[in-house]
Amino acid sequence: MIAMIQLDNVKKTFNLGRPNEFVALQGVNLSVEANKITVFKGPSGSGKTTLLSLVGCMSRPTSGRIHLLDREITSLPERFLTEIRRKTFGFIFQQYNLIQGVTALENVMVPAYPSGEKFSTMKKRAMDLLDIFNISSKADSQVERLSGGEMQRVAIARALMNNPQVVIADEPTAHLDTPMSKEFMEIMGRLKESSKTVLIASHDPVVSESPLVDCVWNLRDGKIEGEAG
Amino acid sequence: MSGWIDKQKNILDFTFSSILRRKGKNIALLLVYTLIVFLLASVMFLTYSIKEEASTILKDSPDMIVQKISAGRHDPIPLSYMEKIKEIRGISSVKGRLWGYYYDPITGANYTFMVPEKFPHEPGEIEIGQGVSRVRATFPGDALDFRTWDGKVINLEVKKVFSAESELVSSDLILISEEDFRLLFGGSGDRVTDLVLRVRNPKEIPTIAVKIAELLPDTRIILREEILRTYDAVFSWRGGILILILAGAVLAFIILSWDKASGLSQEERKEIGILKAIGWETSDVILMKFWEGMAISLSAFLAGIILAYIHVFFASSSLFEPVLKGWAVLYPQFKLVPFIDASQVVALFFLTVVPYTVATLIPSWRAATVDPDSVMRA
Repeated sequence: MIAMIQLDNVKKTFNLGRPNEFVALQGVNLSVEANKITVFKGPSGSGKTTLLSLVGCMSRPTSGRIHLLDREITSLPERFLTEIRRKTFGFIFQQYNLIQGVTALENVMVPAYPSGEKFSTMKKRAMDLLDIFNISSKADSQVERLSGGEMQRVAIARALMNNPQVVIADEPTAHLDTPMSKEFMEIMGRLKESSKTVLIASHDPVVSESPLVDCVWNLRDGKIEGEAG
Repeated sequence: MSGWIDKQKNILDFTFSSILRRKGKNIALLLVYTLIVFLLASVMFLTYSIKEEASTILKDSPDMIVQKISAGRHDPIPLSYMEKIKEIRGISSVKGRLWGYYYDPITGANYTFMVPEKFPHEPGEIEIGQGVSRVRATFPGDALDFRTWDGKVINLEVKKVFSAESELVSSDLILISEEDFRLLFGGSGDRVTDLVLRVRNPKEIPTIAVKIAELLPDTRIILREEILRTYDAVFSWRGGILILILAGAVLAFIILSWDKASGLSQEERKEIGILKAIGWETSDVILMKFWEGMAISLSAFLAGIILAYIHVFFASSSLFEPVLKGWAVLYPQFKLVPFIDASQVVALFFLTVVPYTVATLIPSWRAATVDPDSVMRA
């Protein structure tokens, strides 16, 4: 099976050459299969967020290569990386990173604004997404008035607005209780069924031990320790 | 093409939403910006309109005015001087003119009394300008009292309130018969206030002026072009004074807007990071910030210009009247004919809208080129 994402000896160092130089990832070799749920597990500071940001074209590795569907993306110009990020990846951030003062509906629509689609088309698609996650009744509510679970569902809807192939979630259950964490994993299961690839960074056992997960990688001190279970 | 237009519309939509999210800051900026544009535009409109009105008035004025000077002051001129001047070749007509100023203690205004070439009424009757009518609440059929040079009071009936092409001159004007003029101001019948000349060939005006000066050394000659230049200089000077006074406010505004525009708040920086992370390009972010800067600065500019127009042409520039009309603070109220110099408006646009818009782009560009990875770590 062709790997969706391939990392070859990827290294990431922050503040290179400075006194506070820090190696977040040390020579990571990794393959992520398509249409699977892959979890990166590890304690805080193990490099999970850095790994996701590299995979999702949010930053560049210090060395090594990253392939996306056999296409090497490491050395692409920023403009192309942004386009790949918009069309291929959907992000669910740890803090959700929804835009305050803006309604749930508009937050979901924002990723599609630069695409040049008609406003009415974007709006309909955003409403459909909110509907899928049973939150369409809050479409006109400002996000700061939503509960944690509602905000997360808005964040998921936003991540899916551009119909990405890959959904990346960074510690998605950090602010959720167990029932809501399970509900989140069910949503991820549905995404997998609709042929999306899901990458999750989490140290929550509700996530890593979920039967829906296909592959769990252990990270420690910037290194892959091995595939777990 | 339609995709491009839709993209602009979408980003504009988000821009307005962004402006409304930071209402406090943007409203404060808008108000200050509007005030500055209003003040500068008001000065520009008023100065330019008065100069244009002066030019309109002087269009039909005589080529030359000859006044007698005594100890440096203007004195009534003997009619005999007219005969001497008539002998100079090139002069098509010489006429004596009677006019003078009258201070009205009731209103604190100065009126200009003038005896026209052909006065259509009888002695005891006058025509008044709209300004006089306004300040004295006097209309045709009413009468006005004036104190003569020797302390007596004469009563003159208003036959007509005239409207002239320009209220700048006519507003305080009172047309009177020669008989009443001399009753009011005194003086002998063989003298007039000044002499007005028309010249056949305008190119000969300077030459004729020199000849008159040699012939009549106790006179001064005022050319029409000199009056225009004087008006220009006076109002440009006064306009300049006002601009200088406002310079402090303008400078404070520049510092304020630069500070506001060039420094993004933590919230704005984070918002830009989120947009980059979810797929907005740097150019999309900069476009949004450009529209934001333009929306505020253009709105303030238009509001300021409109308010300035209303202030100058409908409210008689009440804020600036004392400075720009100088001693004529006693002038009756008048309405200027709207004259706007488009080049000044364009210059104001480039001095206000463009710098502010540019100032918003620099910090936005800096924030937009930041690695979106930092958003995930926020």
